[in-house]
Amino acid sequence: MAENGIGASVRRKEDYRFITGGGQYVDDINRPGQAYAYFLRSPHAHAAIRGIDASQALAAPGVLAVLTGDDVKAAGWGGLICGWMVKSKDGSDMKAGPHPILCQGKARYVGDPVAMVVAETYLQAKDAAELVEVDYDVLPACVATDKADQPGQPQVHDGIANNAVYNWELGDKAAVDAAIAAAAHVTKLDFVNNRLVPNAMEPRAAIGDYDRASNGFTLHTTSQNPHVARLVISAFVGVAPEHKLRVIAPDVGGGFGSKIFIYNEECACLLASRMVRRPVKWTAERSESFVSDAHGRDHVTHAELAMDRDGRFTALRVHTKANMGAYLSTFASCVPTYLYATLLAGQYKTPAIYCEVDAVYTNTTPVDAYRGAGRPEATFLLETIVETAAKELGVDPAELRRRNFIEPSAFPYQTPVALVYDIGNYGAHLDKALELADYAGFAGRRAKSEARGKLRGVGFSCYIEACGIAPSAVVGSLGAGVGLWESAKIRFTHTGVCQVLTGTHTHGQGHETTFAQLIADKLGVPIDNVEVVHGDTDKTPVGMGTYGSRSLAVGGQAIVNAAEKIIAKGKKIAAHLLEAAEADIEFQNGSFTVKGTDRSKSLGEVVFEAYVPHHIPQGLVEPGMEETAFYDPANFTYPSGTYICEVEVDQDTGVVEIDRFVAVDDFGKVINPMIVEGQVHGGLAQGIGQALIEGCVYDEAGQLLSASYMDYCMPRADGLPDFQIATTETPCTHNTLGVKGCGEAGAIGSPPAVMNAITDAIGVRVSMPATPEKVWRALQNRQMPQAAE
Amino acid sequence: MYAFEFHRPSSVADAIAALKAASDGKLMAGGQTLIPTLKQRLAQPSDVIDLGGIKELHGIRQDGNSLVIGAMAKHGEVAGSDLVKSVIPGLHELAGLIGDPQVRNRGTIGGSLANSDPAADYPAAVLALNATIKTDRRSIAADDYFTGLFQTALADDELITAISFPRPEACGYAKFRNPASRYAIVGVMVARTGGGVRVAVTGAGPCAFRLPDFERALAGSFSADALAGLSVSPSGLNSDMHASAEYRAHLVRVMAQRAVKAVR
Repeated sequence: MAENGIGASVRRKEDYRFITGGGQYVDDINRPGQAYAYFLRSPHAHAAIRGIDASQALAAPGVLAVLTGDDVKAAGWGGLICGWMVKSKDGSDMKAGPHPILCQGKARYVGDPVAMVVAETYLQAKDAAELVEVDYDVLPACVATDKADQPGQPQVHDGIANNAVYNWELGDKAAVDAAIAAAAHVTKLDFVNNRLVPNAMEPRAAIGDYDRASNGFTLHTTSQNPHVARLVISAFVGVAPEHKLRVIAPDVGGGFGSKIFIYNEECACLLASRMVRRPVKWTAERSESFVSDAHGRDHVTHAELAMDRDGRFTALRVHTKANMGAYLSTFASCVPTYLYATLLAGQYKTPAIYCEVDAVYTNTTPVDAYRGAGRPEATFLLETIVETAAKELGVDPAELRRRNFIEPSAFPYQTPVALVYDIGNYGAHLDKALELADYAGFAGRRAKSEARGKLRGVGFSCYIEACGIAPSAVVGSLGAGVGLWESAKIRFTHTGVCQVLTGTHTHGQGHETTFAQLIADKLGVPIDNVEVVHGDTDKTPVGMGTYGSRSLAVGGQAIVNAAEKIIAKGKKIAAHLLEAAEADIEFQNGSFTVKGTDRSKSLGEVVFEAYVPHHIPQGLVEPGMEETAFYDPANFTYPSGTYICEVEVDQDTGVVEIDRFVAVDDFGKVINPMIVEGQVHGGLAQGIGQALIEGCVYDEAGQLLSASYMDYCMPRADGLPDFQIATTETPCTHNTLGVKGCGEAGAIGSPPAVMNAITDAIGVRVSMPATPEKVWRALQNRQMPQAAE
Repeated sequence: MYAFEFHRPSSVADAIAALKAASDGKLMAGGQTLIPTLKQRLAQPSDVIDLGGIKELHGIRQDGNSLVIGAMAKHGEVAGSDLVKSVIPGLHELAGLIGDPQVRNRGTIGGSLANSDPAADYPAAVLALNATIKTDRRSIAADDYFTGLFQTALADDELITAISFPRPEACGYAKFRNPASRYAIVGVMVARTGGGVRVAVTGAGPCAFRLPDFERALAGSFSADALAGLSVSPSGLNSDMHASAEYRAHLVRVMAQRAVKAVR
C-alpha cells in the first residue's frame, strides 16, 4: 500500500480550514455592490392570492425592488421541474402541477414564496416585506398523506383530480396474489414512515449575479450538484443558455439530499440581479429552512409477507401512499418508486414481489430525497415485517433471515424487482454482528434489566441499498431525465503536483482526502501535492454531483480511469527517455521502470518532460499531462449489512435508551476507514433520530408545528451509545476499485433495528418516532388487560 | 429584530427610571427568552434595559441560614458554586440541568423567575424551598409569586434584585426534559424544611404549583413508596406535541418519587 493510499485512515485534509473558520460558504462570499433579498412566504397552507400591493414596501428605505410571480412571468422564465418521469400503471404520465418560482395566483404550502423584496441591507428588505400587502383568500388545506386522494379533499392543483400524481406499480401482481393465497402463513402490517426535516447545519443560500457586459449570470449556491443546477436553471427555467450561466457551489455545510434540488430562491436571486443590476444575496434563516428545504420520507404503507411451512418467503405485497407535498421537487417522483420498490427484495430470495405506489399532493412542504431516499423506507418496511414474521412463527429473527438469505453462490442475482445484485455475503455480516453484539448473552442481560424494573429488547436489521447511482441507460429506461455517469480530470503542472477536478461535490464527506488517497495510491503522488477541485461549472468537467452514495463508486472510478490514462501517456514518454520499448515499461509507486532492470524515471521527471518536451520527438505524444475520464457504471453497487440494536425501556416513563448498537457493513473495498466510520456514525445518528425523536407535525390547517429546534428534536451525542462498528468485504465486481459507497447506510439500516428492539422489549409496535409518551401508552394498553384479570 | 433604544444602567434606581421613562420598555437579564423573541419579531419594545451592568444584582452569598442569590446570577454560576453545593445541594443540581451550557452561561435566575415560563426549572425550587423574591420595593413569598402562565405578582415596573432560599433539611429535584428544547416537560422538587414537606411542580401546569396531598403523604412517611398510590388530575395541565396532559399528570407522580429518591 502506498503511503496514505487506499486503506489508510488519513486525517481529513479539509478539516484544518473548517475548524479554524477558514471555510468559504456562500454566506461568507460578498460581491461588490451586493444587495440583499428577503422572501415573503405564505403563512397559509392553501390560499388564493387575490392581489399583492407592494407600493408601501417599494417606498420603504433602501428598497430596490419587490418581485412577484408576475415579474417572473414577464421575464418569460418558466417554473421548476421534476426531472424524473414516472408513468402510472395505465401508461399515463405523472401529473406534474406547475411549480412557479414565486406564487402565481395561489399559495400551496406554508412557506411558499409569495414575493421577494430586494434592498440595500437584509434588514431593510425584511422590514419592507412587512409592508407588502397580500390579499389572501384562505382555502381549506389537504394535509394528511393517507386521506389526500380521498373524495372531498381540497384540491392542491387545478385539473389534477384527487391530488393523484401517479399510480405506479412494479412486479408480478398475479404471481404475488397467487403465492399469498397459497401461503402457509401471511404476516400483515401497516406502517407510517415519518416525515423528516433535513436540517443541514448550513442553511441554504444564494447569490445571483448578472453581468451586463457578457449578458451572463453567476450563481453562488448551496448545491450538491452545480452542473445539474445549471442544466435545469438554463434549460427549463430558461434563465440563460448554459454557457452564460456559471454555477458555483463552494464549501457547503451538509446537504443530506436537501441541496440536490433546484429551488425557487436561487432562481429568484438571478432574476432580481438582472432587474436591479446588482448581485443579490439571500441566506435562509433557520425558520425558513424548516418550511422550505424539501422534507424527507412521509409514507403510509400496508404490506403482506407470505411464507411457506418452513418460513421461506414466497411473496411480498406492498401498497404505499407517498406524500409529495405541494409540488414535485426535482427528483421527488423517483424516490418512492425506483429508489424504493426496487429494494424490496432486501437480502432475501423472495421469488415474487409486487408493489403499488400512489403518490399524492398535499398542502405541505415538497418532499424529496433525504439521506437514503426510498431505501430507508423499503428497509424499514421489510426488516420490520421479517422480524414480525419471526415472532409470529416463533423462530429466532436471525435464523429466519439466514434461512431466506440469497446465498453467496447465487450472485449475480436477479431480484423480482428489476435489480441485479452483483455480489454479497449476507451471512458473513450477520455472523460478525451476532458476535459483536454478544447475542448469546442477551437473555442474561434481559434478566438483569428486569431485576432493575426495566424492559430490554433486541432488534435486527439486515439492509441492502442500491448505490453508485447509476448506469445511465438503465435509469434512462426508467424515466430519468439525465445520465448518471461521472467525470474527473487530472491536471499535472511542470513541478509534478496535480489538481483533481471532479464532477462530484463534497459537503462534509471528505472527498478532498479520499480522492487524494486514490491519486497517492494509483500515481504515487503524496496527498499534500494533490488538490481536489469541485463545485464550479467553469472549472470542472461536466459532472452529475453527489447523492445516492455515488461519489466514490462513480466519481472515484472516473478519477482512477483518468489516472490510468496518465500512466499510459507517461509510459510512452518514459519508454523514449529510457530507450526501451513501451511494452517493457512498468509503473509502480510513482516510477516508470524498464522491466527487469533498475533503470527508471519518476512520474515527476516524466511530467516535467511532458511540459518541457526537449527530448521528445515530434508526434510521439502531445505535450502536457492532463487527462479526463468519464465513467458510466455498469450496474448499481449494493452495500449491505447487519445492524443489531439493544434497548432498555423505562416502564415508568416510556423512555427508550439504546444500550448497544452494532453495525457491520459490507461497503466493498474501503479507501479511508476513519472517514467511513464517520459516515456510518452520522448515518446511524440520523436513523436513530428518525426512530426515536424526529418527526414533522402538521396541524389540520397545514401549519408546521414542529418548526423550530424548540420542538423538532435533533439527535445529540448524549442520546447515542458508543457504536460498535465493523466491516466485512465483498468487493464490487464492476468497478476496478471494488468500492460500493457508504454515505447512507447508517440512516437506511438503523430505524428498523431500533424499532424492532423496542417491539421486542414492550411486546407491541409503536410508530416512529417512538416518543416516551407513545411507548408509555403502549405499555399502559398492554398492562390494562392484565390488571383486569 | 426591530430597532429599540438600548440602555445599560449601573444601578437599580437608574434601571427603574429608564423603564418608567420608556413608552414600552423591557428589562433584559440574560436575554435567553427576550433575544429570541426579538429576533423572531414577536415583540417590539421601545427600549431594552440591560441589567448586566448593575453590580448589586450579582453574587451569591450566605445570610445566616439562607442562601441569597443575586437576580443576575447565571445558571452556570449557581451550578458551579461550591457555596450553593454545600448549603442546598438540590438547588445546585437543578441549576446544572437547565438548558445547555450556552444557556447556562447567559440565562439568569432573576430573568427566569420574572418570565415565569411554565417549563422553567427554577420556579419549582422557589416554591418547594419556600424562597422569598426580593424586589426593588418589597419581598414576595414564593406562595404568592406565581400567578399564571407567564404571570407573576411583580408590578409592571418592579425588578427582582435577589432570591433568598432558606436552607432546607434536604431537597431533591427530578426533571423529565423536553428532548428538543431541554425545558422541563415535568420537573418536581421535593424539600424537607423546618415548616414541613413541600412538593412543587414545574412544566406540567400554566405556572409552578404545589401538591398538598403529596406533601401530606410525605410528611407521614418521607419515602417514594408513600407516593405510590397518589395521582394527579390531568385537568388544567399543559398539553402539546411532546406530552399530553394525561402523560404529564402521570409523570408528575413518577418525577416526585424520583425527586424523593434524589433528596440529599
